[in-house]
Amino acid sequence: MRAFTALLLVAGLVGIAVAAARVPALGPVVTVALPYAAVAVFLLGLVVRVVRWARAPVPFRITTTCGQQRSLPWLKSQELESPSGTLGVIGRMALEVLCFRSLFRNTRVRVGDGGRVVHGDRRWLWLAALAFHWSLLLVLTRHLRFFVEPVPGLVLLVQHVDGFFQIGVPELFVTTFAITLALAYLAYRRFANPQVRYVSLVADYFPLFLLLTIVGSGILMRHFAKTDVAAIKELAVGLSTFHPRAPSTLSPVFAVHLLLVSVLLAYFPFSKLVHMAGVFLSPTRNLANDNRARRHVNPWDPDVKTHAYEEWEHEFHDKLTAAGIPLQGAPPPPAAGIPLQGAPPPAAGATSQGG
Amino acid sequence: MYDAGKILFGLLVLAGLTTLPVWYNVARGKAGPQPQLTVGTTEKQCVLPTAEMRAGHMALLDEWRTRVVRHGEHATRTSGGREVRMSLTNTCLGCHAQKDQFCDRCHDYAAVKLTCFECHVVPKRSK
Repeated sequence: MRAFTALLLVAGLVGIAVAAARVPALGPVVTVALPYAAVAVFLLGLVVRVVRWARAPVPFRITTTCGQQRSLPWLKSQELESPSGTLGVIGRMALEVLCFRSLFRNTRVRVGDGGRVVHGDRRWLWLAALAFHWSLLLVLTRHLRFFVEPVPGLVLLVQHVDGFFQIGVPELFVTTFAITLALAYLAYRRFANPQVRYVSLVADYFPLFLLLTIVGSGILMRHFAKTDVAAIKELAVGLSTFHPRAPSTLSPVFAVHLLLVSVLLAYFPFSKLVHMAGVFLSPTRNLANDNRARRHVNPWDPDVKTHAYEEWEHEFHDKLTAAGIPLQGAPPPPAAGIPLQGAPPPAAGATSQGG
Repeated sequence: MYDAGKILFGLLVLAGLTTLPVWYNVARGKAGPQPQLTVGTTEKQCVLPTAEMRAGHMALLDEWRTRVVRHGEHATRTSGGREVRMSLTNTCLGCHAQKDQFCDRCHDYAAVKLTCFECHVVPKRSK
């Protein structure tokens, strides 16, 4: 049902785009106003979310490490899994961002022979995720050829390598193949795995179907329902030089492609897709595991109202005496709370913060 | 905000990458509308309507190539009922004789590699 809702949403967007392509007056809205608005929402939304994250204090290091931390010199430590300093953190972040280290740990639990619980490695999610994200990066890099003039050598190189096999005219890109397969597997996984299906929401299916439709419309434009590439480049260059020229005619497939990309961009900051920025702010990944080596003081240091026994005894002194309960006879406490035992006062200068 | 320096750096990288084409075009200053083509003929109609040729000429050429090379066919009929020879050198280049003023302009603009002339001879200027 949730997948169906997401499918309906994407189908509705496709319908809107196809209808808009038929109305000449809507051309500039779809090709100029919408992309600008989408990029603005994308950038502003991400900035707001990142700033909101950055305002949350991280008082100490969250050590969900997967390796031995640095301690005694004769104990072998794993600097990449449990870094002790900035260099190690950079290494761990690079491994996470570029290679999806955490996904590589994905395991599956099943009941094996004789009712035993068996834990096993599951790399398919990692492989599909890696294939999808890297393909997307290459596809985006290739798309730069529409937005800039002259086209830089790097873009030409990516295009050349991607079309290395020279299958058909225009040639089939390897990334076209990879991104379609990866997205198809990621969608299949949500349906086929009962546990994953149970936790999948509309917000999980919607971006998947959106991306699949964007990829599909792109393939359609390149290999089947061909469009005037020079006219599209004129539009894209116009957008990136702030002299937009809406094309005189709008092919329905291009309208679908552009509208869905705009929706994807605008949807980005409000959805799980924001993990693009969030991965860099993961406290379990971007903080060195030095909780025991360095003292971390709570940065907001709240003034905790305590009510120690001595205060309590003082407050009920008369009643306790009248009831004949023995008193410890502590001296009257100061007006403010008594510091809890074991919690030293914040040392001046030791104001290290997490984050 | 904690770690303001790092956060600001990250956001600048994000904004920079998102608006990369804008800065690149400003720096190079060559981005403009699509090139005008010198058609090179007084003929009113290509083998397909202009809009279809602009979008799908590569598919047509690919189809022609297959039909000529693999099936031995040489003549085809256009949508207008005209009979033409399926030949890049004789039919296409018969009108669009100047590659650098016709093919190359759009192909350079859209950064699409032209593989026809890896085998076919580039025609000499007729002038």
